[in-house]
Amino acid sequence: MGDDFIVETKNLTKEFKGFVAVSDVNLRVRRHTIHALIGPNGAGKTTCFNLITKFLQPSRGQILLNGRDITKTEPAAIARLGMVRSFQISAVFGHLTALENVRVALQRKQGNSMHFWQSDRSLDSLNERAEQLLADVGMLEYRDTAAGELSYGRKRALEIATTLALEPEMLLLDEPMAGMGSEDVARTAQLIRRVSASRTVLMVEHNLSVVADLSDTITVLKLGKVLAEGPYGEISQNPEVIEAYMGHGVGSHA
Amino acid sequence: MTHSPVSLAVQAPTVAASSKRQSLFVAVLLIVALAAPFAVYPVFLMKGLCFALFAAAFNLLLGYVGLLSFGHAMFFGWSAYITAHAAKEWGLTPELAILLGTLCAAGLGAVVGWLAIRRQGIYFAMITLALSQLMFFVALQAPFTHGEDGIQGVPRGHLFGLIDLNDTMNMYYFVLAIFLIGVFFLYRVVHSPFGQVLKAIRDNEPRAISLGYQVERYKLVAFVISAGLAGLAGSTKSLVFQLASLADVHWHASGEVVLMTLLGGVGTVLGPTAGAFLVVTIQNYFATAGSWVTIIQGIIFVICVLAFRAGIVGVFAPWLKKRGIDA
Repeated sequence: MGDDFIVETKNLTKEFKGFVAVSDVNLRVRRHTIHALIGPNGAGKTTCFNLITKFLQPSRGQILLNGRDITKTEPAAIARLGMVRSFQISAVFGHLTALENVRVALQRKQGNSMHFWQSDRSLDSLNERAEQLLADVGMLEYRDTAAGELSYGRKRALEIATTLALEPEMLLLDEPMAGMGSEDVARTAQLIRRVSASRTVLMVEHNLSVVADLSDTITVLKLGKVLAEGPYGEISQNPEVIEAYMGHGVGSHA
Repeated sequence: MTHSPVSLAVQAPTVAASSKRQSLFVAVLLIVALAAPFAVYPVFLMKGLCFALFAAAFNLLLGYVGLLSFGHAMFFGWSAYITAHAAKEWGLTPELAILLGTLCAAGLGAVVGWLAIRRQGIYFAMITLALSQLMFFVALQAPFTHGEDGIQGVPRGHLFGLIDLNDTMNMYYFVLAIFLIGVFFLYRVVHSPFGQVLKAIRDNEPRAISLGYQVERYKLVAFVISAGLAGLAGSTKSLVFQLASLADVHWHASGEVVLMTLLGGVGTVLGPTAGAFLVVTIQNYFATAGSWVTIIQGIIFVICVLAFRAGIVGVFAPWLKKRGIDA
């Protein structure tokens, strides 16, 4: 099996004109686990995400994916290496239908995405798989609805279906529950648990009951630094973490 | 989750009925195009068709990739020069002269696109504008373009050495054929696996990257296709008017094609054609009004933007779509 850790960062640092957003972060994400990144606003969670997926170039430090150095890799290549991210603001292709959204993710592997002379009917062979992915997130009935017209929670569900279409080894979910109603939260949590069976998930999430419920490991960031790391039971007892959250949330769930 | 299946308010037409209506719609338009020169002045129609193809090519970028090029006149105008020069000085047959102009425009598009696509939004527009100004001054200074005079008296010649294009009707059907091939090609590009990725990039570029697409490659190919077809339009126009002049490389022409596309309906297949004919009609109809033409154009543009934001065709597109017709 080789490496136990799918993603590792070594002294990961990002500076923006004198402001250090992420400072010497050593993150190790164990394969086939759900790893959560939490912390107060401005702790550098999303910056960490952007660094790991190469949407930002780190100032210092190293990032390893499956033991391979990806510090200099292009963001589009990251996806092809099996690591796919979601975005804080739901990222769907608004003018495409739900089915087409998923198909865009599927078609890349088909290898004809540059074929401008070919009819898009050549993509119909992917419909069955796309429908299956939509059904998995309970979205099949919206197959032909333009993604832009879907409700917020459904956009997020569609985004997850699109991400799963790439069959990534590693998923990075940036606040997957943000803006969702409690019903959607429960459904999405269930979905994340289900997909994590054969994959690794790293997520940023503010909903601590979700984090407590889902995560195997939690890393707490504060002002760009790692404050604590461990399972929820341990983290929630950490006085520094409690202080960072000023007594809110952490510790009130068991 | 206790969702009952939602019944859609508008029953989508079945695929078979939809494609039948689409064919009928296309057939009607085709008959109108074939019969038009018997009712309307053919040179006016040819001018409209050339600009329509130009606008359709431009629309590939603006409507389907979300890139606003403000320098498309360089492809339109330069291909006109190349074609005019090749036909007049080298005696190339019209189809070869047009092919050469188109290829040169595509080649220029590859260079300009390669430089411009690294930037987004207004920066992209500014780079394309700057490069087209550069190409304008080259056209002004280069000896073979004959400066202010342009290349005049370009022979239309015989198509494939057989069909005399000095006959207006022959020329019209030749131009119509080029227009139809160009627009069909664009339709194919938009409705291809490649087109799907373009639309994805337009809607959400970071997401397209995170799905593993190297978006710059897609943008560049789209840019080259757009430049090439703009060149096809310019080449054809130089044979229609037997003239290649500075007016076609001027930034006014770059602005006009933006206007045509927005008036007609960006991101629709037929919108640019409608917009092009509207603008050409205004120009011809009010030609006697002199400099008032631009003012009238401006007023119409303002009214259109206020009244139908999605453009003329854009307003009708949803209505047609419900009836299974893709405009």
